[in-house]
Amino acid sequence: MSMTIEQRRQHRLSTIEKSLARRHSKEKRFRFMGLAAIVTGMTLVAILFASILMRGVPAFWQATFTLEVYMDPEVIQLDARPVRQSGESQADFETRLQSWQTQVGLVNWQSLLDSALEHALGEEVESRQLRDLRALIASNERFALRDRFLADPNLLGQRVETKLLADANVDVWLKGNIDRNLPDARQQLSPQTRAWADRLYAEGVIQNAFSTSLFLNSDSRSSAASAGLAGAFMGSLFMMLIVILLSVPLGVASAIYLEEFAPKNRITDLIEININNLAAVPSIVFGLLGASIFIGYLGLPISAPLVGGLVLTLMTLPTIIIATRASLRSIPPSVRQAALGIGASRVQTVFHHVLPLALPGILTGSILGVAQALGETAPLLLIGMNAFVANVPGTPLDQSTALPVQIYLWQGNELRNFFEARTSAAIIVLLALMLSLNALAIWLRKKFETRW
Amino acid sequence: MSNLALLALLLVVMALAYQLGLTRSRAVAANRDVRMHSRPGYYGVLVALWCGLPALALFVLWSLLAPQLIDALVTQQLPPELVASLSQRELDVFLRRAATLAAGGSVAGGASPEELTAAAYINRLSTLENLILVALMAVFAVAGLVYARRRISPRLRARNQVERVITFALASSSAIAICTTVGIVLSMLGEAIKFFTFISPAEFFFGTTWNPRFSSSGSSAQGEFGLLPLLWGTLMVSAIALLVAIPVGLMTAIYMAEYAPAWLRNVAKPIIEILAGIPTIVYGFFALIVIGPFLSSLGDLIGINIRTTSALTAGLVMGIMIIPFVSSLSDDIITQVPKSLRDGALGLGATKSETIRQVVLPAALPGIVGAFLLAASRAIGETMIVVLAAGNNPVLHANPFEAVSTITVTIVNQLTGDMDFASPQSLVAFALGLTLFVITLCLNVIALVVVRKYRQQYE
Repeated sequence: MSMTIEQRRQHRLSTIEKSLARRHSKEKRFRFMGLAAIVTGMTLVAILFASILMRGVPAFWQATFTLEVYMDPEVIQLDARPVRQSGESQADFETRLQSWQTQVGLVNWQSLLDSALEHALGEEVESRQLRDLRALIASNERFALRDRFLADPNLLGQRVETKLLADANVDVWLKGNIDRNLPDARQQLSPQTRAWADRLYAEGVIQNAFSTSLFLNSDSRSSAASAGLAGAFMGSLFMMLIVILLSVPLGVASAIYLEEFAPKNRITDLIEININNLAAVPSIVFGLLGASIFIGYLGLPISAPLVGGLVLTLMTLPTIIIATRASLRSIPPSVRQAALGIGASRVQTVFHHVLPLALPGILTGSILGVAQALGETAPLLLIGMNAFVANVPGTPLDQSTALPVQIYLWQGNELRNFFEARTSAAIIVLLALMLSLNALAIWLRKKFETRW
Repeated sequence: MSNLALLALLLVVMALAYQLGLTRSRAVAANRDVRMHSRPGYYGVLVALWCGLPALALFVLWSLLAPQLIDALVTQQLPPELVASLSQRELDVFLRRAATLAAGGSVAGGASPEELTAAAYINRLSTLENLILVALMAVFAVAGLVYARRRISPRLRARNQVERVITFALASSSAIAICTTVGIVLSMLGEAIKFFTFISPAEFFFGTTWNPRFSSSGSSAQGEFGLLPLLWGTLMVSAIALLVAIPVGLMTAIYMAEYAPAWLRNVAKPIIEILAGIPTIVYGFFALIVIGPFLSSLGDLIGINIRTTSALTAGLVMGIMIIPFVSSLSDDIITQVPKSLRDGALGLGATKSETIRQVVLPAALPGIVGAFLLAASRAIGETMIVVLAAGNNPVLHANPFEAVSTITVTIVNQLTGDMDFASPQSLVAFALGLTLFVITLCLNVIALVVVRKYRQQYE
């Protein structure tokens, strides 16, 4: 039985329509999947930032006492700081200075804090409760008090309003970062200390105030509340200076050679593959290189920013070389031909004409490379930069940590309730530094971008 | 004079030499009324180079040789019976102690009279050595300066000579990349071979147990160093990461390249780039405090026991980390597919998604595979996320909800804090590093060759 032509036409049309509908819905699904992928990625990133900001931002504000400390002359029995007299030998002066420093060390600064707290509480604290009382204030704060007095000895006998950081556990307690219903045995603070903390907080003696300790102090073991990033920051700064001083000139120079001068042969081919491969070598391998050559063979000091800087330099070089080459390649050959045509030598062509035009791209690539080095952790662990360092390093040869390594150290701290927020705050600082470097690079590229 | 001051002084002298060369060349040009071969600046630079480079070379050579010379002289000065009584190692210790004393430091256990004498001698020697160095460098610098300055004439091809030095400097800095690779290979080979004197390679590569007892535990046994559990953990975590990153990254790239309006590209591209720059320690912390607990409670909900730190946690977060990497590489590759291929397919009536799936992707496949391989190499070499979130449990098992350990984690564990390169416990880090290097090298080279071929195809 045969269909009429009209029927066949109808049949074909309906088939096409059906398949078209199917294909269009497939198209829609595909498109939706693409959008979903982007949304997924962005959501994950939003969650990452949100969770870190939520945990980290409160850590910039710490529970802080505002106490009137009486600089009791009976407690602070101290001569004036010795000044070197004319005719006095260096050794004699140092002996006098030393005995004075011993005197400073013997002053019971803690008792000043104790009586200031008693005053604020408005009650006599028995000596068996002294432990509970001292658990309120971060233990390093007595040294802050000492330094304040030494800077201005005229305070003797005065009542001085002083801001003092509360102990880390008090901070955790007041912020509710520990479950308040936990039994006493599992609380970090004694019931008496908790009661005092709550009372003082209600009375406004303890306030949640913005604290600079995160920025100005270096790491501390004994007094978690005053542990800061200053030491790690200086370590990172030294390393970045070394990276900038070494990897940018070397990287740019080798990129110029490979792109503009090198003959195209097997050797330069090999160098090219080698550099591309180096850029993809895991960073930890560079750490092994540093441990074995810089520390094991050359005998450079462990934990020093110098070694870290050298390792990061080697790691950053390929990135900078690749970025510089791309930037040089984007300069049209006509620029070179014009310069060569009017008699410039090849070196002149490159340095007078090509390089200035490629400079924005080189700068962008270098900044991105340095930012990458700033965030690198793994190789630094292998050259001993994960040691605890309480001082701010003064030279690239001193022991030091780096910002990302400090984050690594803090996240593993036993005082979890306190350091989870502190670590997040440190991450915020690191991310702020890196993102501003990245943003600078992107801005530079946008500003100087030339379409040839 | 300290080395830094010496070098700074040399720089000042070089600047002076530049000025001298400059004025001299101008004078030559004016007196004889001839055309010079090069512009005055080149003569200046040439004089400065002649003045600075030989002195610098001397300085480098001297810094390498002088300490050994001093050691030799001090040893000669020592009473022969003392030298005879010391082994080479003890002699080195003696010299180091004397050097510490000479530098004004103090040594453990107090200084012996011989050490004090030696220290005084070292002090005299190093003063002398420093003086000689300064004098020699001055002679070299002045001689070079005078020589080069006298050579200045209209026919001196100063520019060519300066340019030769510049080209040489450029070429030698590109050799540093090679040196780095050679350094990596040599250092790791050297230490790995030392390791293989303790443990046979077969035991290492095919061992199924990882249990390196640290010597402090008191047992004389060396422990077991089987690579397989670590390799397995690495592959498991990387596979999970790629399972997350490849679909999301590829779809993102396709959408960005083919569908996204210009404004979305302009906004999303820089964001993705910035994401690629977030330090891995941040991802690791994120895995530890957010994703791990989340997965764990999700597991409780559906009745599976998922550990907070597990292969799944690490892999998932590592996947998030490589999404931008995959998507930007794939994006580059997809946009390189010529427009004519798309137009052809669209002209035949294919829908956009059909064009992409049946024309663009097959054409871009080699490049995309290359991108995946690079992503895989990155996942295998990633350290901080797995250090924080994989749980460090070097046991062979196939459960992604359990903790695992990877090659990179073990390198960190075996080498942190301990710089004693004599025990197999720390040397194994280098054998592991070598394995890691070889694996990633293979992946990288294959990927690079594939991508390169692909690029050439459409150029």
